[in-house]
Amino acid sequence: MSETVLQHPNLRLRQAATWLRHPVLWLSIALFLFCMIWLFQGLSGNYEFILKLRMKKLAALLTVGSAVAVSTILFQTVSANRILTPSIMGFDALYVMMQTLLVAALGTTGFAMIGAAPKFIVETGAMTVMALLLFGTLLRKGARDITRMILTGVILGTLFRAGSGLIGRVLDPNAFATVQSVSFANFSRAHTDVLGIGATITVLGCVIAMWLAPRFDVLGLGRDRAIALGLPHGRIVVAALGLVAVLVSVSTALVGPVAFFGLIVAGLAHAIAQRRPGGAHHRILLPVAALVAMCVLVGGQTFFERVMGQQATLSVVVEFLGGLFFLFLLLKGKIR
Amino acid sequence: MIRVADVNHQIDGNPILTNVSCDIPQGEVTALIGPNGAGKSTLLKLMGRIEPLQTGHVAINDLDVGTTPSGQLALEMAYLGQNLSVASRLRVRELIGFGRWPHCKGHPGPVDHAAVHDALVMFDLVPFADRFLDELSGGQAQRAHLAMTFAQTTPWMLLDEPLNNLDMAHSRALMKRLSDLRDAGRSVVIVLHDLNHAAAWADHLIAMKNGRIAASGTAEEVLTPQTLAALYETDVQVLRYAGRPLVLHHI
Ligand SMILES: Nc1ncnc2c1ncn2[C@@H]1O[C@H](COP(=O)(O)OP(=O)(O)OP(=O)(O)O)[C@@H](O)[C@H]1O
Ligand SMILES: [Mg+2]
Repeated sequence: MSETVLQHPNLRLRQAATWLRHPVLWLSIALFLFCMIWLFQGLSGNYEFILKLRMKKLAALLTVGSAVAVSTILFQTVSANRILTPSIMGFDALYVMMQTLLVAALGTTGFAMIGAAPKFIVETGAMTVMALLLFGTLLRKGARDITRMILTGVILGTLFRAGSGLIGRVLDPNAFATVQSVSFANFSRAHTDVLGIGATITVLGCVIAMWLAPRFDVLGLGRDRAIALGLPHGRIVVAALGLVAVLVSVSTALVGPVAFFGLIVAGLAHAIAQRRPGGAHHRILLPVAALVAMCVLVGGQTFFERVMGQQATLSVVVEFLGGLFFLFLLLKGKIR
Repeated sequence: MIRVADVNHQIDGNPILTNVSCDIPQGEVTALIGPNGAGKSTLLKLMGRIEPLQTGHVAINDLDVGTTPSGQLALEMAYLGQNLSVASRLRVRELIGFGRWPHCKGHPGPVDHAAVHDALVMFDLVPFADRFLDELSGGQAQRAHLAMTFAQTTPWMLLDEPLNNLDMAHSRALMKRLSDLRDAGRSVVIVLHDLNHAAAWADHLIAMKNGRIAASGTAEEVLTPQTLAALYETDVQVLRYAGRPLVLHHI
């Protein structure tokens, strides 16, 4: 009796310590701190205006971070590996091509007239349909041959980029310039005209992904085992690819293509989540990945913009490090 | 009973299974034997709705495999395939936990935890419960996958070469366990290459060759020198031991 009383405070302390070690918790705290620094560091002069501007940028970074993270994790689950990302497979190039194609088909003036949000929805819809047609057929039978997948991705990416270029040339240079402005990632100058709709879609996508998370866990066992356990495999693959397509559309529309960022995020998320039991489950993996991505973007942008005074450097650094990480994974043969 | 009726299967125009019909009795251990490439795994996959049927019908306990909801079938039969690679990096306990998915859909309760624990104990996996699958030996990994299949606790079990990688003791223990399940009223379909395990433990044998059923019946009926010579295109002696055929396949 007295023993249990004595143990009590100790136990509670240990429980608190276990909670604090939960990656979702400490990543949330870190993200909160980064956001506060981003918003309030060196605030002077026209408070209201600057805060509003910073808040807009912050929302864009958070949206892009979670969209890239969730789409990468989901794509890796569907394609049963740890080295492919939607961008390596040419998803963002496909989005840019669909964008160009729509401008070509509907005309610059007509299409630009309908407003940023409806335009974005049409583009995302077209992109999702194309992605499902292309990658659905590739992945429904289960991803078996990783080498073939990488090769397919490289070819598709090049094909889509060439496609955009070709259509761009047929278009007049003016129209092409509006499209090309989103062909390169730039975290500091997000296209905030689609921020509202993009953020809404991302939040929705993340909620759906968390709701389907237990099913994605089963999907990660591979096609045969998933079917044996009664998972409607084809439908879950389509759901995952649909989410990937929509989220890639959001991040590409906001900041342009990000090639290797997702790879870093997924690698870090797996490393962090794996240290605790149940860490392979998407209910943990998805939020951890999203938080990691948002921390990297907000923290990195704060550092480069405020400390180094270089607005546009973050994407370059992230892509460079991501590229190195990709090489590292390839060379170590850690492609599963 | 699993009823397979007029099943034909082609891949890229090549016939893999031709006019396969058979009844697999309930409450028995049925062994599928035959040379490499005979179509055993393909037949098992069609029975387990892992691959869609092209022609013909498969029904398990009168549930048509083509039309019954997959989730309902997962409560009826468990399937263990030949390929054990898993992309997700899972701990042994987590993998076994997925065997409970058809019952709990990702929200395990006390019954599910108990079933996982029983499976861990049954396959001597308690010391490895919190290890990652890629940190296990081949036989330990095989046992982890078997434990997942057992944790599903279904009336039917379809096992594709479950003895792969298992040592002598664990092989025998598995076959014994399957026959215990049979005695408890459950049914097992098992692809075996070791004919002596089939002779010792199976009630019913189905021999396949070139996508057709070459012979079926009890061990006495199927494991004869003539049938085996035709099946594997190689001569083999068959002795008798303890009232069962003993195939001298190794000399
Ligand atoms: N995906 C595939 N594409 C083309 N042919 C296939 C495919 N899968 C299986 N086959 C062919 O189908 C035939 C039957 O294969 P199956 O795996 O059913 O044989 P098996 O009896 O299980 O052989 P083993 O004892 O080697 O496991 C083989 O000739 C094989 O080459
Ligand atoms: Mg086989």
